[in-house]
Amino acid sequence: MIDPAAPGFWPGLFQVLLVGTGETLYMVGVAVLFTVLVGLPLGVLLVGTERGGLFEAPFGYRPLGRVINRVLEFIVNLGRSVPFIILMVALIPFTRLVVGTFIGSTAAIVPLAVVAIPFFARMVEIAIKEVDSGLIEAAESLGATRWQIVAKVLVPESLSTLILGLSTTVTSIINFSAMVGTVAGGGLGQVAIQYGYQRYSTIHMVAVIILIFIIVMMLQGLATWLARRFSHRTRPARSRVAVPPAI
Amino acid sequence: MISVKHVFKTFGSGAAATTALDDVSLEVARGEIFGVIGQSGAGKSTLIRVINLLERPSSGTVTVDGEELTRLSPDQLRLARRKIGMVFQHFNLLAGRTAQGNVELGLEIVGVSGAERRRRSLEILDLVGLADKAGAYPAELSGGQKQRVGIARALAGNPKILLSDEATSALDPETTRSILDLVKTINVQLGLTVLLITHEMDVVKRVCDSAAMLENGRILEQGSIVSLLSTPGSRLVHELFPLGEIAPHPGNTVIEITFSGGSADRPVIAQLARTYGLDVSILGAAVETIGGNQAGRTRLELPGTPLANAAPIADLRGQGLLVEIVGDGAVVEGSRA
Ligand SMILES: Nc1ncnc2c1ncn2[C@@H]1O[C@H](COP(=O)(O)OP(=O)(O)OP(=O)(O)O)[C@@H](O)[C@H]1O
Ligand SMILES: [Mg+2]
Repeated sequence: MIDPAAPGFWPGLFQVLLVGTGETLYMVGVAVLFTVLVGLPLGVLLVGTERGGLFEAPFGYRPLGRVINRVLEFIVNLGRSVPFIILMVALIPFTRLVVGTFIGSTAAIVPLAVVAIPFFARMVEIAIKEVDSGLIEAAESLGATRWQIVAKVLVPESLSTLILGLSTTVTSIINFSAMVGTVAGGGLGQVAIQYGYQRYSTIHMVAVIILIFIIVMMLQGLATWLARRFSHRTRPARSRVAVPPAI
Repeated sequence: MISVKHVFKTFGSGAAATTALDDVSLEVARGEIFGVIGQSGAGKSTLIRVINLLERPSSGTVTVDGEELTRLSPDQLRLARRKIGMVFQHFNLLAGRTAQGNVELGLEIVGVSGAERRRRSLEILDLVGLADKAGAYPAELSGGQKQRVGIARALAGNPKILLSDEATSALDPETTRSILDLVKTINVQLGLTVLLITHEMDVVKRVCDSAAMLENGRILEQGSIVSLLSTPGSRLVHELFPLGEIAPHPGNTVIEITFSGGSADRPVIAQLARTYGLDVSILGAAVETIGGNQAGRTRLELPGTPLANAAPIADLRGQGLLVEIVGDGAVVEGSRA
């Protein structure tokens, strides 16, 4: 039990929270980077290799497209269905292979990215399916290659939805990053477990909850702002502020 | 310029199969505006999409500017498509790009560099009358303005052919006229061949040099408007100049005269009345200016049986007019002048 009245409690709390926040942001940040790098192409391929999709017949082979689609579907479904805590443990040999250890924030990035990639890929799939097929035809009629269609039509036209999807993904990565803390992955999750739970410091617990809440709120706010910024679907809102009557 | 030969297109298979195009052959000459008309579901969109192979025909060949598209590899086809601009009914503009950005899309695809792209896109936007809207997003444009952007995008890459699928059917009559005038201007100024799909006869009247009529996936008639005007019983001409229902006139003769070019200016009816002393009643008339010439149809009622009116009818035909004798609700006899 930690005594809040003891000397050095508040500076200690501050120090622990600062380090924890830093670790959380690091884990989440790098995991998000990998999630986007892998999840975006994965999502595009998920849609593209479907019947009638852009990559229905890669290299002119229709069966190849079908096989790729089945395999990706399988991987994504697998990734989405295994509970995180089990995935994390099951990935330990792999994590050790990649990072060299399975303890600490860097090691935690591996299971975080692995769980977030299929999640984000589904979000990408949904966003891209929303793009009007007429736009793809318009690009095709201009002689666009498949990659040009992805880069100039599919991704830019679904950008707002992608941003909102990414924000949801990041929120769940933050969520999972706290769980990583329980197995010595560092970050705010570990602070909550070590101090809040094992040493009964309610103040630590509350501080962690508030910090995570603030991070998620800021993230959502940023995502909403960006999504609106990139959406040109509606006419810009006219100013609704009435001119005050002259007195 | 465009040659479609024996094209079939079937969607689905087995019992659920629909034949959208049934042995369609079509010839569009260089520099003309060719209109395809037909009712909803006739296969018009399928036909136009087959021409740039957005839809691959089940069989048959499509040749554009001497190149048989149906034989090209995917890469060759992409290059060939750059010669064919397409305008869509629902505009299909990228919502995330400005008018200028949309026009630049085609140029980016072809690999035109930044400065040249800006110059060219502004030039084309100016041509379609949208220079002042270059920075506007599609959501900030009216339907007519969006379609102008669509046309500008299709033209940016200097195509030889413009395909237009119901480009005006989402627009009001006045905007339709201004868009059609634009198409005509482009056709004349840039020497562009235009194939347009429409279900509005007014569109054909206003801009087309030639037309084809599509029904249930088959071409019923095709040819230049002038030649169709002298084709007896032409469905296209009847729809271009609708005279309405024919009421029965027992004992009398109802004839329909189609005139075009020089014959339009002569006082045919007055002459008929004078020469034969006939009480001619005009039951209906439709006159339009097509390709700068007056053309139209008139429905007349002559007293007496067709046999009794043989002489005046022969006289009219002798003047180079297309005369069809109409019975109770149908053309019963037609013959070439
Ligand atoms: N992708 C498709 N799959 C199945 N059937 C199709 C497809 N596209 C068109 N068809 C069918 O082909 C026929 C012709 O359709 P098409 O769109 O060419 O008609 P249209 O003349 O353009 O009609 P509208 O004036 O309503 O646009 C219709 O019976 C339609 O149901
Ligand atoms: Mg159609």
